[in-house]
Amino acid sequence: MIGIIGGGIIGVATAYELAKLGEEVVVFEKKYLGSGSTFRCASGIRAQFTDEANIKLMKYSIDRWNELSDELGHDVMFQQTGYLFLATSEEEVEAFKNNIKLQNKFGVPTKLITPEEAKEIVPPLNADAFLAGAWNPEDGKASPFHTLYAYRKAGERLGVKFYEYTKVIGIEEGWKIKTTRGEFKVDIIVNATNAWAREINAMIGKDVVPIKPFKHQLVKTEPIERGQIEPLVCPPAWNDSYVIQDGEDGGVICGTALEYESSPDDVTPTYEFAKEVLRWAVKIVPALRHVHIVRQWAGHYARTLDNNPAIGKLTENFYVAIGFSGHGFMMAPAVAQALAEKIVKGRTKVPLDWDWFDPWRFERGELRSSAFQIG
Amino acid sequence: MRIVCRCNDVTVEEIEKLIDEGVTDLEELRRLLRIGMGPCQGRTCIPIVISILARKTGRRPEEIPLPNARFPVRPVKIEALVEGEK
Repeated sequence: MIGIIGGGIIGVATAYELAKLGEEVVVFEKKYLGSGSTFRCASGIRAQFTDEANIKLMKYSIDRWNELSDELGHDVMFQQTGYLFLATSEEEVEAFKNNIKLQNKFGVPTKLITPEEAKEIVPPLNADAFLAGAWNPEDGKASPFHTLYAYRKAGERLGVKFYEYTKVIGIEEGWKIKTTRGEFKVDIIVNATNAWAREINAMIGKDVVPIKPFKHQLVKTEPIERGQIEPLVCPPAWNDSYVIQDGEDGGVICGTALEYESSPDDVTPTYEFAKEVLRWAVKIVPALRHVHIVRQWAGHYARTLDNNPAIGKLTENFYVAIGFSGHGFMMAPAVAQALAEKIVKGRTKVPLDWDWFDPWRFERGELRSSAFQIG
Repeated sequence: MRIVCRCNDVTVEEIEKLIDEGVTDLEELRRLLRIGMGPCQGRTCIPIVISILARKTGRRPEEIPLPNARFPVRPVKIEALVEGEK
């Protein structure tokens, strides 16, 4: 029996992958499934990273995203609408070129495009403000809600048991998981609690993954005509601000890098954020000025010191997949499969660099190059 | 066809079907069906959804926690918030 703590996308997808390999799985979630960071994310999926480990992992993840709706028997609304990064200076154009070269080397077809080409992809774009774009048409987006539901339903069909509103309050050697709904004896534990992970690791005396939760927010507009801002559009020099049309209802999701170090349970939006994000959004797409915003919400980036997640074995029969630093949703299909195969078979065909993502690297003082983060 | 959510065209049947499939948490229902996520922010639909959920799960309506109220209470034009900004 394998016990997964944390019912976000990583925990639920890992439960499904483990069940697929014949394991008996229980998942404990202190609120409702997806309530932590998954249901608060901006829905983007990209392979445009700036280091080999993340590029390879995301390239594989996108292949998995493509199979997901069929495999899980429920439409996760994955669409390859691309990511468009925009440069505002010559130095940035050079940096884009280097990133593109690296991405191309691992099979990601990113290319440099002109502002005119960018405007064809995003018709209302303020194209004059930019010198060039880095465009990967294979990046995309999916519905966090439907993806989690699809994994959950597929998991349940394979016998996974989900315990919602069940908080883990202690872990005894062996393992015995104590929860607010009684005790469970399991052989292996997976900690998938992301922003809450330190608390769980501390229960076994191994608080070795330094994760700090940062409150991030999003603002969303009323639906606009489809096909206006389908890719995620981001000029990194403009405070990592971005806009992207929601794949489901066509409203525009707007994000920016204004963040607050805070408890992951604090999800109160701030007016300061609304002002800041909209100031940038109307610079990227001026016509947004005439659109109404209908909602704003907050979630957390569970950031490690190098913004790379910690994935792997913490100690015998205890694994972690935590600290995703804003990338958990997009990485989930690859990470869940890799971790499940590693646990059950000891090896995996997923190109996940276990050394790069080793949860013990912080103890050894080995930091990775920071994973390219936006928003 | 009986529409419950006028912003996102959600029907009684769709809500009942998901509840029958085991989705009995209001937070999950609204995310899967987008109830309460449109411009009205749930003013029309949430009380109706709560009554359907209460009836089908044998709970009292007051036992079902209300979703968070989100900023802005009513839709606001972006220009009203960026006025005076360059």
